[in-house]
Amino acid sequence: MNRFAALLDRLAYEPSRNAKLRLMTAYFAATPDPERGYALAALTGALSFQHAKPGLIRTLVMERTDPVLFALSYDYVGDLSETVALMWPGPRDAAPQPAPRLSEVVGALASLGKAELPRRLAQWLDGLDETGRWALLKLVTGALRIGVSARLAKTAVAALGATEPDEVELVWPGLAPPYEDLFAWVEGRGERPASRDAAPFRPVMLAHAVEAEELARLDPSAFLAEWKWDGIRVQAVAGTRADGRRVARLYSRTGEDISGSFPDLADALRFDGAIDGELLVVRAGRVQSFNVLQQRLNRKSVTAKLLAEHPAHLRAYDLLVEGTEDLRARPFTARRARLEALVARLAEPRVDVSRLVPFATWEELAAARADPEAAGAGVDAEAVEGVMLKGRETPYLPGRPKGPWWKWKRDPFVVDAVLMYAQRGSGKRSSFYSDYTFGVWTEGPNGDELVPVGKAYFGFTDAELAEIDRFVRRNTVNRFGPVREVVHEAEKGLVLEVAFEGLQRSTRHKSGIAMRFPRISRLRWDKPPAQADRLEALERLLRPDTESVSVRPRRRDRAVP
Amino acid sequence: MLSRIDTKTTYLGSMRPQDLLVPTAAGLCCPIAGFHIDPVRGVDRALITHGHSDHARPGHRAVLATRETLDFMRLRYGEDFAGATQEVRYGETVRLGRVSVTFRPAGHVLGSAQIAVAANGLRIVASGDYKDVADPTCAPFEPVPCDVFITEATFGLPVFRHGRPQDEIAKLLQSVRLFPERAHLLGAYSLGKAQRVLAMIRAAGYDRPIYLHGAMETLTRYYVARGIDLGDLRPVRGAPKAELAGAIALCPPSALKDVWTRRFPDPVTAFASGWMRVRARARQRGVELPLVISDHADWDGLTATVAATGAGEVWVTHGAEEALVHWSVANGRAARPLGLVGYGEEDDAQGEAGGAEA
Repeated sequence: MNRFAALLDRLAYEPSRNAKLRLMTAYFAATPDPERGYALAALTGALSFQHAKPGLIRTLVMERTDPVLFALSYDYVGDLSETVALMWPGPRDAAPQPAPRLSEVVGALASLGKAELPRRLAQWLDGLDETGRWALLKLVTGALRIGVSARLAKTAVAALGATEPDEVELVWPGLAPPYEDLFAWVEGRGERPASRDAAPFRPVMLAHAVEAEELARLDPSAFLAEWKWDGIRVQAVAGTRADGRRVARLYSRTGEDISGSFPDLADALRFDGAIDGELLVVRAGRVQSFNVLQQRLNRKSVTAKLLAEHPAHLRAYDLLVEGTEDLRARPFTARRARLEALVARLAEPRVDVSRLVPFATWEELAAARADPEAAGAGVDAEAVEGVMLKGRETPYLPGRPKGPWWKWKRDPFVVDAVLMYAQRGSGKRSSFYSDYTFGVWTEGPNGDELVPVGKAYFGFTDAELAEIDRFVRRNTVNRFGPVREVVHEAEKGLVLEVAFEGLQRSTRHKSGIAMRFPRISRLRWDKPPAQADRLEALERLLRPDTESVSVRPRRRDRAVP
Repeated sequence: MLSRIDTKTTYLGSMRPQDLLVPTAAGLCCPIAGFHIDPVRGVDRALITHGHSDHARPGHRAVLATRETLDFMRLRYGEDFAGATQEVRYGETVRLGRVSVTFRPAGHVLGSAQIAVAANGLRIVASGDYKDVADPTCAPFEPVPCDVFITEATFGLPVFRHGRPQDEIAKLLQSVRLFPERAHLLGAYSLGKAQRVLAMIRAAGYDRPIYLHGAMETLTRYYVARGIDLGDLRPVRGAPKAELAGAIALCPPSALKDVWTRRFPDPVTAFASGWMRVRARARQRGVELPLVISDHADWDGLTATVAATGAGEVWVTHGAEEALVHWSVANGRAARPLGLVGYGEEDDAQGEAGGAEA
C-alpha cells in the first residue's frame, strides 16, 4: 500500500502526461504481482466495492481526536480525507500495526460486511503514514481523482514491453484484477490473453485535420464525404456469449465502456458486430447540440426523466465486424454497403446511417461545408461540425494514419476580446503567464465595462507566448497569488482574437455564458481594446433562430481553392 | 511604572512573569533590564535568537547574539548593522542588571538559540523558532526547564507532522533517477534549509555537483567555512543548459516561478518546506515534487517540547496560536496567545522576485 500511495501522491502533483506515464511504468516494473494488478485496477476504475461514506470517516476520527483541534484542522486543510490522513493519531498503547498490502485492502473491501468496515479501516489507518492514509481514504471513498485516465494507465502497462496500447485495449475486456496474465504477456513471459469477450473493443481509426490548401492536392473522386457530427464518437459492439446471453456495449474512442450511461441505446444494439458511429441526442427526429448531449455525461444515475428527455441515438459511420467476419481490411465502400444493409435489417429508430454528402469538386464540398443546412443536413445542420473525407478504397486502420481519412472542420467562431487576467502555467510553462482570462464589453452601472467570458491557455506559438508574457509582466495592475490583473482600459490593453466552437448558458460565470474549446487564434496588437467585441454579439449566438449572418461573432472566412 | 513594579516585587519577594517579559509593539520586552528579544524595530538593546530576517533586523544600538547569528546579520546587512555587538556562547550566562540571560541551542538553523531569562527565581524561556529533530548543520535542540515557555506555533495544528526528512530526500533522488534528462529545481529558504537539504542529500550518498542560485551562494559559503561539508557546489550562473540536465539546483522559493528557471531543461519543481504537508498549499505554489522538510517543530514536536520544559504556563506566538493554546489548557497548563506581530516564515511573504535575474 505504501508504494501505491507514493505513486498516487506523485501522480496527483504531476501535470505532464509523459511524466505520469513514466511514473506508472516505473511503478509497474518495480512492484510484484498481485499488488501492481490491484493498483492497475484502481487506476482504471475497475475495482468495485461499496465505498465508505465520508460520515463514517468523520466518526472514526472524532472518536480519536479533540473536537476543537479537529475543527481547527479541518477548517485549515479543507478536505476531510486529507485532514483525517494527516491528524490520525495512530494506535495508543498498542503495538504498531503492519502496513496493509493493497491486495489485502481490495480483497477485504469486496467481502467485508458493513459492520466490520469501521474497525478494519481504523486498523489499516493505524498501520500507514500520512501519505498512505491519504491514499487509503481516497481509495475507500472512491475519489482518487489524480488526473489519470484508464487509457493512460493501460498505456503505462504496455510500455513495460514493446506492446502497443491498442493491443492491451483489445485483450482488456477479457481480463480481471489482478491482471497477472496481462503483465506476463506484456513482459514476454506468457501467452497473449485470449479475448473471451463477446463484445470486445477494436482500436479506433482517426483522421488528420485538413485545410483547403492541402485539399487542392488531393483527387476528389477518390473520396466519399459525410457530415462530421458534433457528438461522442463511439463504437457500438454486440454479440452473444458462449452461454447464449446477449452482450452489448458502447465504447468511447479510447475504449472505455460507457454503456452504463446510455442503457437506452445499449438495449437497441440487436445485431452481432461492431459499428463505428457518433452518439447523439435526437429529439423528435432532430439532432440536438452538444450542449444537450452533455447533460447525459458524467451522471451518477441515469434517471427515467433523463432517458425520456435526452434519448440517445447512434449515427453509424462504419462497420468493422459483422458476425464473426472482420471487415476492417475491406475497402470503405464495401464496408459501407454492408453497414447500410445491416442497419436496414435492424429497423431500429435509434440507429441510422450517416448520410453521404454528394460532391464532385472541392468547391462543391466547400459550399456544402459552409452551408450544411442547404446541402442535405437540413434541421440538423447546427450539430454538424464539418465534413469527413474517407478514401473509397481504404481499409479501417487503427490509430491516426495520414492519408486515408481527413477531417475538414467547420471554421470556428471568433471574437475579439480583451486580456484581463493572466495566470502562470505549470510544468514547462511555470515561469510563463500562459492562462488568459479575457472579456468583452458590456453596459455596466458606470458605463461600458469588460466582463470575463472565458479562459484560454493554448492556440499561440512559443514566440507569441513569450510576447504575451512580457506584456503581462510590464502591464500588471494587481497581483493575486499566481494571477496578475493586466491593464484593460479602452485605450490600453491587449486584444486577443479568440476562436471557439460554441457557446452555452452558464450560471457559474458572471457573463452568463461559457465557451466551448476557446483558444487564442491571433494577437491583435494593432487593435485598441475599445474596438473589441460586445457581450450582445455573443448572446445572439445563444439564440439559434436569430439572423446572425452579418453580426459578430462570426465564423472566420477562409479562401476556397 | 518601573519603580512601582520594583516595589511590588520586592514586597512580594517573587516576580510575576509579565513583570519579566512583556509583549510590546517592538517585540518581547524586558522592562527591568531594558532589552527586547527579536525586536521588529530599532531598539537600544536587542537579544537575537537567530539570523532569519524576521527575527534579526538591522538598526539596533546594541545586539547580543551567538557568533553565527551576528555573522549572518553582518553578511545580510553589512558591517554597520548595529551600534555595538556582543557575542554569546551556548550555555553562557550574561547578567543584564538584575536579570540573567542564557542562550541554549534551538536546533532551528546554525547559531539559533533559545533565550532563558531569569530573575528572582522565575525563569522564562523564549524559544524563538525551534525544531526538536536532528539537523546535521546545527547544534541539537535542548529543552530548558522553566516556569513559562514561549513557543512558536508555525505548525501549530495537529495536521502538521513532518515525518522522516530522509524519506523526502529519497523521494527527490528517486525522481532524479527516473527523469535523468530533466533538471530538478529545489526551492529552499536560503538560510538554514538550503544547507540542511544539501547536507542531507550528501548523507544519502549523492555526490554529483549541486548547483546554487546566486542568492544562496554567500550564506552557503559561510556554512562551508564553519566546517560543514556540502560537497561539490557550483553556481547556476554560467552553466550551459545541457550540463543542468539531470542535475539538482537549489534556489530561494521565490525563484521557482521566475524567468530564471528558463535556463533549465524541462525542470521538475520541488520545494522543501513544512507547508508542503498540505496539498492545497503545494498545489497553490505549483509544486510538482513537494518535500516535507521543516526547520520548525511539527505538532508532535511542539507538544512534546512544551511538556518537556515542565512549564506551568505557555505563551504562544507566531503561527496557529489557537490550537496550541487549546491543547495546553486541556493538558493542565495556563496558556495564552502573545499576539506579537511581524514574524512569519522567512521569504514566505516575499512573493515572486519580479522577474529579476539572480
